Amino acid sequence: MPRMNAAQRHGIEFTLNGRKVRAEAENRMLLSDLLRHEIGLTGTHVGCEHGVCGACTVQIDGKPARACLTLAQQVRGSDVRTVEALAPDPAELSPLQAAFRRHHGLQCGFCTPGILMSLDALLRERPDAGREDIREHLSGHLCRCTGYATIVKAALAAAEEQRKEETTNA
Amino acid sequence: MKPASFDFICPDTLDEALSALAEAGGDGRIIAGGQSLVPMLNMRLARPGVLIDIMRLEALRRIETSGDGITVGAAVRQAELEASPNLLRDLPLLAAAFPWIGHVQTRARGTVCGSVAHADPSAELPLSLVTLGGAVSLRSRKQKRKVTADDFFIGMMATDLAEGEMIEAVHFPKARPGTGYAFREVGRRHGDFAIVACAAVADDKGLRLGIAGVDDRPRVFALPALDDDQFDDALNDIVWSLNAREDIHASARYRRELVRNLGRETLKEASRCRA
Ligand SMILES: Cc1cc2nc3c(=O)[nH]c(=O)nc-3n(C[C@H](O)[C@H](O)[C@H](O)COP(=O)(O)OP(=O)(O)OC[C@H]3O[C@@H](n4cnc5c(N)ncnc54)[C@H](O)[C@@H]3O)c2cc1C
Ligand code: FES
Ligand code: FES
Repeated sequence: MPRMNAAQRHGIEFTLNGRKVRAEAENRMLLSDLLRHEIGLTGTHVGCEHGVCGACTVQIDGKPARACLTLAQQVRGSDVRTVEALAPDPAELSPLQAAFRRHHGLQCGFCTPGILMSLDALLRERPDAGREDIREHLSGHLCRCTGYATIVKAALAAAEEQRKEETTNA
Repeated sequence: MKPASFDFICPDTLDEALSALAEAGGDGRIIAGGQSLVPMLNMRLARPGVLIDIMRLEALRRIETSGDGITVGAAVRQAELEASPNLLRDLPLLAAAFPWIGHVQTRARGTVCGSVAHADPSAELPLSLVTLGGAVSLRSRKQKRKVTADDFFIGMMATDLAEGEMIEAVHFPKARPGTGYAFREVGRRHGDFAIVACAAVADDKGLRLGIAGVDDRPRVFALPALDDDQFDDALNDIVWSLNAREDIHASARYRRELVRNLGRETLKEASRCRA
């Protein structure tokens, strides 16, 4: 039975944005800190560190989850996606990101990575998501400057676009 | 806002988990979804020396339906039970309560049993378990025992769980035909803990009303079938038998007033659903 001693760092292997990675961390390290300080992916933001603001939201095995309420040790063997996985390449935004830009879904951008990861999970799981589903997912996020109206608008536009895309491809 | 250090144990079997828990004694703590424990670690309100992760134990990942009940293992996440195909048929009260439990993002990680173990007096799952007359299976290295939900919750975040013991599963009685269920809650914002939450069951024997957020644990009251003009008196008696808390979110008086109103609506809705 694996027992990880408090005084040492321990290797953690998991899939991050489609690639197998191995990182080292003390047991007490949070996933949010592992991503930002050990791996250097600073797209995941940290606001409250007690699960309330949603800034640190990533996807763990496809579901949106708080990185600040997850010990790095708990994602051993899991599939983690962060905001860095959304854009297909550095010069091109994902359709959801592009909709945020078009509809003014962000100002300072502090809350945006977390919101994008929740909405991305929603739109993958339920392509037919409507206003109520979007609002339900957004209720787990605090935005203190843009206001939610344009965020909902951007999400609805992205959902609509995704559905059109799917009918054309079908 | 960072946890103090601790040993982390990832057992491969339930027996190993129970041994580790017994060896750690008062210094050991189970970690399930982490949605209540990690905030407490971050704020250093909890400083366990040993954490035992139970989420990889296959034996605890089951949702089992038997003749009269649903058994939910300790590693079942809230979102998994919420998405289980027969929830609306077998556990309509939980189907109504789930949207009120935190957020999509916390239900994706938090477990059903973890919420019961945490025993927040406002929490929806303990309230539902008590109102339905459910039970909790406890297990230590030496013994297994089963207690009724009503006996399990003993006070503010205090339960009957002994040192070295863990919750193995919780049991919800399955919905019976001809029975009505209803759930109502008032909170400051969507996803906040309830100021008051009410759950009601109406069947041919009468009514049951469960109340969370008011006393230091979820409380349940049995009532005879009532006519519309009898609800207010019955609720007034209940209200004064509760030890209503006063805190930053609401005064004791406001909580009592919410029980009067929410309680009546919930009981009426359950009675209507039965018809
Ligand atoms: C932003 C936010 C909002 C929330 N809102 C709500 C809400 O509205 N309503 C609500 O009810 N909850 C709410 N929660 C709490 C959430 O529901 C938690 O998931 C739940 O309380 C604990 O479950 P967990 O699996 O995460 O347990 P953990 O956090 O892992 O553990 C909690 C406690 O239970 C113990 N424990 C866990 N499993 C067992 C077991 N099998 N045997 C013995 N002990 C065990 C742990 O040792 C710890 O003491 C919220 C949380 C957050 C972060
Ligand atoms: S930083 Fe994780 S929810 Fe606020
Ligand atoms: S864009 Fe600034 S907090 Fe949301």
